[in-house]
Amino acid sequence: MISMIEFTDITAWIHSLLLSVMTPTWTYIVELALSGVTALVVLLVCVIIMVYMERKVAGFMQLRWGPNRVGPYGIFQVIADVIKLLLKESFSPNRADKVMFNIAPALALCVSLMALAPISWAPGLTMWDTNIGILFITAISSMGVIGILMAGWSSNNKYSLIGAMRSGAQIVSYELSAGLSIVTAVALAGTLSTNGIIQSQADGWWILKGQIPAIIAFLIYVIASTAECNRAPFDLAEAESELTAGYHTEYAGMQFGIFYLNEYINMAIVSIIASTLFLGGWMPFHLPFDYPVVHVFNHIMDFIPTWMWFFGKMFLIIFFMMWFRWTFPRLRIDQLLKLEWKYLLPISIVNLLFAAVIIVLHWHL
Amino acid sequence: MENQPTTPSPTELRTEEFVVNIGPQHPATHGVLRIEATLDGETVKDILPHLGYIHRGIEKMTESMPYKQSIYLTSRMDYLSAHINNHACSLAIENALGIEVSARAKAIRIIMDELQRLTSHELWWGSCAMDIGAVTPFFLGFRDRERILEIFEANTGNRLTMNYIIPGGVMRDVLPSFVTDVKELLKKIKGYRHEYDQLITGNFIFQHRTQGVGYLSKEQAISLACSGPVARASGVSCDVRKHYPYDGYEKLDFNEVIDYGCDNWARYLVHMEEMNQSIHIIEQLLDNFPTGEYRTKIKGIIKLPEGEYYQRVETARGELGVYIVADGSNKPYRMKFRTPSFSNLGAVKPTTVGLKIADLMANMSTIDLVVPDIDR
Amino acid sequence: MSKEELKQYLEVTYPDLEVKETVNFPLLLVNKEDVIPVLTKLKDASETRFNFLFCETAVDRNPNFEVIYHLTSTYYHHDLEVKVILEDRENPVIDSVYGLWEAADLYEDEIYDMFGIRFKGHPNLRRIMLTDEWNGFPLRKDYQDDKIISL
Repeated sequence: MISMIEFTDITAWIHSLLLSVMTPTWTYIVELALSGVTALVVLLVCVIIMVYMERKVAGFMQLRWGPNRVGPYGIFQVIADVIKLLLKESFSPNRADKVMFNIAPALALCVSLMALAPISWAPGLTMWDTNIGILFITAISSMGVIGILMAGWSSNNKYSLIGAMRSGAQIVSYELSAGLSIVTAVALAGTLSTNGIIQSQADGWWILKGQIPAIIAFLIYVIASTAECNRAPFDLAEAESELTAGYHTEYAGMQFGIFYLNEYINMAIVSIIASTLFLGGWMPFHLPFDYPVVHVFNHIMDFIPTWMWFFGKMFLIIFFMMWFRWTFPRLRIDQLLKLEWKYLLPISIVNLLFAAVIIVLHWHL
Repeated sequence: MENQPTTPSPTELRTEEFVVNIGPQHPATHGVLRIEATLDGETVKDILPHLGYIHRGIEKMTESMPYKQSIYLTSRMDYLSAHINNHACSLAIENALGIEVSARAKAIRIIMDELQRLTSHELWWGSCAMDIGAVTPFFLGFRDRERILEIFEANTGNRLTMNYIIPGGVMRDVLPSFVTDVKELLKKIKGYRHEYDQLITGNFIFQHRTQGVGYLSKEQAISLACSGPVARASGVSCDVRKHYPYDGYEKLDFNEVIDYGCDNWARYLVHMEEMNQSIHIIEQLLDNFPTGEYRTKIKGIIKLPEGEYYQRVETARGELGVYIVADGSNKPYRMKFRTPSFSNLGAVKPTTVGLKIADLMANMSTIDLVVPDIDR
Repeated sequence: MSKEELKQYLEVTYPDLEVKETVNFPLLLVNKEDVIPVLTKLKDASETRFNFLFCETAVDRNPNFEVIYHLTSTYYHHDLEVKVILEDRENPVIDSVYGLWEAADLYEDEIYDMFGIRFKGHPNLRRIMLTDEWNGFPLRKDYQDDKIISL
């Protein structure tokens, strides 16, 4: 087999290099900072691609071109937009709670970025390889609503307030079924560590091995996480036609830009989690059968690099979320809560029970 | 139960109503209309519309203008039914003067009216879906509307405020290729119709957002003097084209679309079926498109004999009435436009009170308000 | 009922009221005091059933005002014009027909705004188009405004 440079080789090399020039404590600190910056840069590049993709997907669905003026095929449009947002004045409305108003976007962004820590990007490439990775992500992602609530309350705007309250009700509700779907996958994998979950899918992804409960859990997770990200058809917190722009009505310039960024980072994170839990993260596509043909197939799949699998799956799920957004009308708030409490939550609970039965009887492949 | 205190105790959770001004600049009002909504949380308790943000005093202006010039102001009332507004005004003057319009002019007028109804309903379809949260239909609606506007542009020289129908006929003759153009257009539009159904009509969320929402009973629709698709969706037979036919509608075969659902879904279906009926009407006229004069010569200065004249037509939104009080001079003594949106605006409150704020937008969009038509 | 039949019916039913006709509709002239009783009877009588007030407006015949109701019936599809003449130019008042047709809510607001005719019993009479501080009533023939420019 051709020897490929793995990410582990690079990290090991950096580690030895740093150790040779400084003490272990300083090495640890520098490595932390370095990994944080790297993850942030990778994510920002992803967000730029996602924004461009969103516009092109929307354009494709709406019989128009999308961005096509700035640079070839309009690829620099996003950069131009960021420059525009940076140059705009960020002001807070009269009689707004200024401190809270300015903290809110930063807080929302910090919370989303914290969820990056336990993500397993490639074999051996995890910033914080903890044994409770998924639990940490679940705990952190429900805190994102605090930033939104702060923004809505401090804006001194009725639309913002309604939007923020809607967002609160929505995220608190949909946390439940998203959490239960995660529990289904965790129960199948038998570990809370992101790396462990991906390793457990070496002979096939959970969506294939986990029988029907895994498929149902995957679908529910995608729906619930779309709602958690406040994406259409669950974008009641912004609800353009009702609340003008919802919780960020009063924000301008880069403060608005941060909320915008936050939405896309959240999207990236939930799709990474969905692919980690059900589609094997960076794990290539393997079939869980013991035939010579299958072995050959599995071996061929190994030649596709892991980063391609990782980002391919992530963008596939993101594409589905964009597809939802540009084709569905919006739900009403009571319908939204009804969907969660009357349909998704009971289905999730029953689904978890089925998954438990399957695991106990070893029916999964 | 009698011993219980009527005032809430300080520890009890109290809620307060608060007032939200929806508009004058708001994505859902489609123009400068302000609605003062009293909300209890998400529930709408009361609604008070405030008008006048685009009030241009058209009725006052007509009093100082010759009849011919007044017609051009009517295009600016309901800008989505400009042809039909011109038609109403021209008919009122023709009937007062006793002018008979040639068969060709009548056919051109009705084709233009029905094409106008199609453009209006297509725009309505897009904006209705957008008010309910789907953005893509807006672009599809505009795509089809654009094809019709191209026909308008080629034949009348204008896209929005056409000023094409004048007393005595139409401003200028249609292009020689008019019939083939419109036939091709209708073929295209019919081909697109299934996309509308796939994207929105069959959509589960859309059906749940509209079915059983915005109930307007038949009695209320009559009492509020609603007309057009709003009244017809509540089971009121009020199509002016059927009951008071003008310019040859009586010879054409079409159905008055009536639904008894009384909700947003019924109003949606009425709009959709009216588009089919419009296509059907145009097809009949194209099959034997009359030749001859496109305009009857009338005097340069129109002077209506003293008296009162009332003419009504069916615009895309409902019944438009033109009430002229003439004093024998070349200017109207008083001209009143009974516009459909102004009466239909009254239906927003009874349909919405008690529902959620999102339903307010849905109701407003299915009631199909055009703000310049309300304010005049 | 056709126009002629309706005219005959009105002449028989309302002998003390004047019945005329315009180009389009029969015209019933009603005294200011009788508006509500006459219109109620027109609305409820099984022969007429005028349940649809499709237009309500006013005309300034300086110095009088005319308030005009256009009625139709969704049962018989016949139309009628009812006219009330108000002679008091300084303080024109008439009874509101809001109790008969809810549509009068907006119509009467507009007439009040444009002509300054007050409607007794209207639930919320306000200047619907113009600002509350607007001077004068624009559709009156004697309305003066310095800003009016003649083209």
